[in-house]
Amino acid sequence: MTSRIQREARKDSMLINMGPSHPAMHGTIRVMLELDGEKILNSEVEVGYLHRGFEKTCEHKTYFNLLPYTDRMNYVSPLINNLGYVMTMEKILGLEVPDRAQYIRVLMCELSRISDHLTCQAAMAMECGAFTVFLYKMKAREFFWDVIERTTGARMTTSYIRIGGVRADLHPDWREDVQKAIIETRKVLKDVHGLLDKNKIFLNRTRDIAVVSQEMAINYGWTGPCLRSTGVYYDVRKAHPYLVYDKLDFDVPLGERGDNFDRYMVRMKEMEQSLRIIEQVLEHMPQAKSPEHIMAGGIEPVKAIKSSRRQKVADQIELSPNLEGSESVRYEDIMASDKRFIIPPKEKTYTTIEGLINHFKFFMKGHGIRPPKGEVYFSVEGGNGELGFYIVSDGTDRPYRLHVRAPCFHIVSAMEEMIQGHYVADVIPTFGSFNMIGGELDR
Amino acid sequence: MEKKKVLDALAESFPGQTEDISTHGDDAILIKREILLDIIKFLKDGPYAFTMLLDLTCVDYPGQEERFQMVYHVFSLTTNQRLKIKASLPEKEPVIDSLTSFWKNANWLEREVYDMFGVQFKDHPDLRRIFMWDEFEGYPLRKDYPLRKHQPRIKLRK
Repeated sequence: MTSRIQREARKDSMLINMGPSHPAMHGTIRVMLELDGEKILNSEVEVGYLHRGFEKTCEHKTYFNLLPYTDRMNYVSPLINNLGYVMTMEKILGLEVPDRAQYIRVLMCELSRISDHLTCQAAMAMECGAFTVFLYKMKAREFFWDVIERTTGARMTTSYIRIGGVRADLHPDWREDVQKAIIETRKVLKDVHGLLDKNKIFLNRTRDIAVVSQEMAINYGWTGPCLRSTGVYYDVRKAHPYLVYDKLDFDVPLGERGDNFDRYMVRMKEMEQSLRIIEQVLEHMPQAKSPEHIMAGGIEPVKAIKSSRRQKVADQIELSPNLEGSESVRYEDIMASDKRFIIPPKEKTYTTIEGLINHFKFFMKGHGIRPPKGEVYFSVEGGNGELGFYIVSDGTDRPYRLHVRAPCFHIVSAMEEMIQGHYVADVIPTFGSFNMIGGELDR
Repeated sequence: MEKKKVLDALAESFPGQTEDISTHGDDAILIKREILLDIIKFLKDGPYAFTMLLDLTCVDYPGQEERFQMVYHVFSLTTNQRLKIKASLPEKEPVIDSLTSFWKNANWLEREVYDMFGVQFKDHPDLRRIFMWDEFEGYPLRKDYPLRKHQPRIKLRK
């Protein structure tokens, strides 16, 4: 079967493939171009190379078990994906999350947003030939991922934000780490502004290239930095505030022309705003009710279970180092109190019969988290725009249908129209300015 | 206050044709598929200015006569509210009007629904599969499509 572009192509034009694996296309996407010399007459974008059947898989997983799959959608900012899914579930379950957990979530989201923007810009700059910028930004991203790693235990596939709260409390040294990351990132952003803002090479490839008007952006359903680069004021954090964003002070940067340069600039300014939010979180983070270092020794779980046959077990259990930060005393800071929807603390599981029953009830097939019948849509502001989850529940422990509104999908669908009439070389910075993420686009 | 007004206005302009099915604080209406374009025209060009198509998807209910349920999420930037529109399609004839004349992103979104559910869209300019390849058989997100069914593009060695 021939593709549309093959059928429609003029006889004297040249057809050329860019992708699906092209060194300058970070992500598996195929762009078929119809060229007259170097000018693009027509193009066709083919997606689906990273389609893994996310939605189908989710229909066969329990609500708790599908959380790690959400990490793998936008793999540069997995924490925001976690949040989007988890908050949708909290909406249908009607769960209240403790204050400290909300601030932790905001912190983690903003860290992810910055790392998302840094990655996008780094790749875009590198493809335009500015390799120094790439290295600087990767360096800055490392600081954020260090913070994330120390608290969540993973750099990319975190699965940290859980239904009802977060998995563990923050690492004791998180303040110093975050402060260091903020200082380093400010330096990097200043350097990058100096390297790119008035750089003739960069400007020639981005200024007035792939201009998108407000009407066109709205018509294509754009959200996030790409929509704001055209001057439309829409940010989910402001329009439908969730978590504690309404208590925090931040601006929504807007662009003017909607070209590649504006998309770059809006992201740069957004990082500044995210840093501002993080500073406010540092200030307002509610004090933990539990002491900071807890993981003290105790008896091993196996021994505790053995001795439980004869007598009441001591509460002091030696936990695996993986569970640092999720000791039972911390639960009131980081988890909702509704026992039906959260995993009981491990100490309880090992020492009390109620904890053990809760644990089994949570993980047993057909039990676990069973939201009431109904359907719900909720969205958060992801790195690329509005990340929405639409969940239909039929009362069992698996979603009847789970659909993700991937912001990339809408943005990339505009690409055919945007690159028409430009040159082949313009495809690269245009594509870079979208921050297309294959995992999110194809699901 | 504003929120109720849209649903009221819809009930006024289309008497007896829309059903209020709002849950969990999300405004939602159920309509007949024949009046989809009229409703969308009213919402998009009318005073409420639902200028953005946020999302478009489908849910499969096998065994029911109205097997497929299309779900549209539209959003208004001026009044800052979302509205969910649902329309049911019978199993024998899963056809509904395309929204490509209103929104450009409907093109890909409808291709996705066609790819995953086999729903046909009337007057769609280029209705092809989007994620799966053209020779793929069946519609993967239908409930009767098995989770682990293999359809390798090249023959696998036994």
